[in-house]
Amino acid sequence: MAAVQETVERVRSIEVEAYKYGFVSPIESEVAPKGLNEDIVRFISAKKQEPEWLLAWRLEAYRRWLTMEEPRWARVAYPPIDFQSIHYFAAPKSGPAPKSLDEVDPELLRTYAKLGIPLVEQEVLAGVEKPRVAVDAVFDSVSVATTFKAELAKSGVIFCSFSESVRNHPDLVRRYLGTVVPATDNFYATLNSAVFSDGSFVYVPPGVRCPMELSTYFRINEKNTGQFERTLIIADKGSYVSYLEGCTAPKRDENQLHAAVVELVALDDAEIKYSTVQNWYPGDSEGRGGIYNFVTKRGDCRGARSKISWTQVETGSAITWKYPSCILRGEASRGEFYSIAISNGRQQVDSGTKMIHLGRNTTSRIISKGVAAGRSQNTYRGQVSAHRLATGARNYTNCDSLLIGRECGAHTVPYIEAKNASAVIEHEATTSKVSEEQLFYCLQRGLSAEEATALIVNGFVRDVLQQLPMEFAVEAQKLIAISLEGSVG
Amino acid sequence: MLEVKNLSVSVHGQPILGGLNLSVKAGELAAIMGPNGSGKSTLAYVIAGKPDYEVTSGEIWLDGENLLELEPDERARKGVFLAFQYPIEIPGVATMTFLKAALNAQRRSRGEGDLTTPDFMRRVREASKALKIDMEMLRRPLNVGFSGGEKKRLEVLQMTLIQPRLAVLDETDSGLDIDALRVVADGVNALRDPSRGFLIITHYQRLLDHITPDTVHVMANGRIVATGGPELAVELERNGYSAYAAETV
Repeated sequence: MAAVQETVERVRSIEVEAYKYGFVSPIESEVAPKGLNEDIVRFISAKKQEPEWLLAWRLEAYRRWLTMEEPRWARVAYPPIDFQSIHYFAAPKSGPAPKSLDEVDPELLRTYAKLGIPLVEQEVLAGVEKPRVAVDAVFDSVSVATTFKAELAKSGVIFCSFSESVRNHPDLVRRYLGTVVPATDNFYATLNSAVFSDGSFVYVPPGVRCPMELSTYFRINEKNTGQFERTLIIADKGSYVSYLEGCTAPKRDENQLHAAVVELVALDDAEIKYSTVQNWYPGDSEGRGGIYNFVTKRGDCRGARSKISWTQVETGSAITWKYPSCILRGEASRGEFYSIAISNGRQQVDSGTKMIHLGRNTTSRIISKGVAAGRSQNTYRGQVSAHRLATGARNYTNCDSLLIGRECGAHTVPYIEAKNASAVIEHEATTSKVSEEQLFYCLQRGLSAEEATALIVNGFVRDVLQQLPMEFAVEAQKLIAISLEGSVG
Repeated sequence: MLEVKNLSVSVHGQPILGGLNLSVKAGELAAIMGPNGSGKSTLAYVIAGKPDYEVTSGEIWLDGENLLELEPDERARKGVFLAFQYPIEIPGVATMTFLKAALNAQRRSRGEGDLTTPDFMRRVREASKALKIDMEMLRRPLNVGFSGGEKKRLEVLQMTLIQPRLAVLDETDSGLDIDALRVVADGVNALRDPSRGFLIITHYQRLLDHITPDTVHVMANGRIVATGGPELAVELERNGYSAYAAETV
């Protein structure tokens, strides 16, 4: 309850310009020439001093990508993307591999401080009571700093930038890369496979419960730059890890492409909890600018009794095309998807999940809360399938949509297929409006229209907010309030 | 303190109130009685500023302030409180959270700081005890699954916490059993104060067995058609509204 109050307070403190992460940092960077061809792929690979097998993997993906077409089935509309006018690599000039935080460009650290990221280890260490979160920060195309690495290493947890993992843990990378999202998976995933620049890598050894939250912050700074990061998380037998990613970008008039790939692998009895607070620049109220967020996220419950849980709070991006999914391969494995997707202005969201039940007695749960305001369009698209051998598969889906105002739209598109007669799949969906009555009741008690809306929406999404790690739930509430600014007239 | 002058109101083009005059002085408790459809609830909503109620003529003043120029939340912060006939449900928002947000919004508008949590809890506990409200109820989402009696008691609890200048109670007695009616009446009586005005809208006399009004107005066809003391309510109970309903606008 204090947290809702906090939201209300934050709303009050907000200035007219709602998107407070819209600044540009004056950091010199090294940018690859615009456009995409085999030379650019080689350039990126060379910059990262990658082994031959990885370059070959990239080139194969690139050649495949040339034969593919952009997906057009989502309920989003945008002009054709000119893939030759994008920079596929940008890196802060100070050099991509600092040995410690002291070597990181102070301007970068200032940027992250503005974003509220506790990058400086000492600060976090000093506050004994503070939650301890290890952070990997990705700026444009490269990872600039990973905190708490030494401490994590004590328990055997590997948490580093993707480039570093290729250098230091090539066997692990080679064994798992592309095994959840193959390089041929879809147009954007394949593009990512060809040009991915950096990202985070996590390996949790057998039986280890990762001693702190792991977190990555992604920041697009450079103009006309695409961000193509790749995250790979492996939870070995009986291990547990909780991981959070946050994203922001400066305000720019042109659209920027973000096409990431996230692969999760959970072996026997392992659990991965993956939370996202996505706040890419959504464009202005007329729909100019903003990030195209075309992301492929998939988890493989490869081992028996393994569990993968996705929690996402999506408030940003001009267009969101994203379906964090679980492949429930291991017997009695479990997939969960908790989502809050908020759209305002001209934002378009087409998001949801896939739960693919392959193993016996696999279970999944989907709770999706869509909130549409302004002239936005908000679609939940979800697939639940139980395959022939998935005896005893169970799914429960609940999709609720909330509309604010008269010019927005909410849509629910479920795909359900059961090839095993014992599967039980439940789907519930509701659509409601923030009613005039609810608003008037709140106003009559002295709350402003914005306070009232924030309160009502926070009530609507509460079930999902409770799934977030405590310290991020507060941030998420703040974001919800900010993103609904101006949605009530 | 409250002056309603020649007020005419339409809802979706349909005239409901026609030339209504009414005044409530500080310290006065006025009852408005009348048959169904006479416009009682409309008057309550218009004072509070509900959208979709179109004021076609007339004025409403509170303490020298023109209420019709203020938004509903501004009116609330000036001291107008409406106890709803049908309180609204807000899923997922704990009642306690709502109470605290409302109370602090009002305090801030008066330049007072937010209540500390212990101070807030103390006030809620005291007021709840008097109204026989279980604290457990306040942890549930606002009005969701509340019984009729629980909803009405919660309205009075909010009124007690907010301490308004003018309290308008819209059929707060409807749907209450006799014990709940007494609790609600005690809550209202406890708030009577020389600086506070009450406008109590009711269809039946029975609430007025427990709350003695200073003034009783009879409303019919969108206007006040008779005004008197408590004896008027007794007479209405005996003879019904037929003598007044015959009069037309």
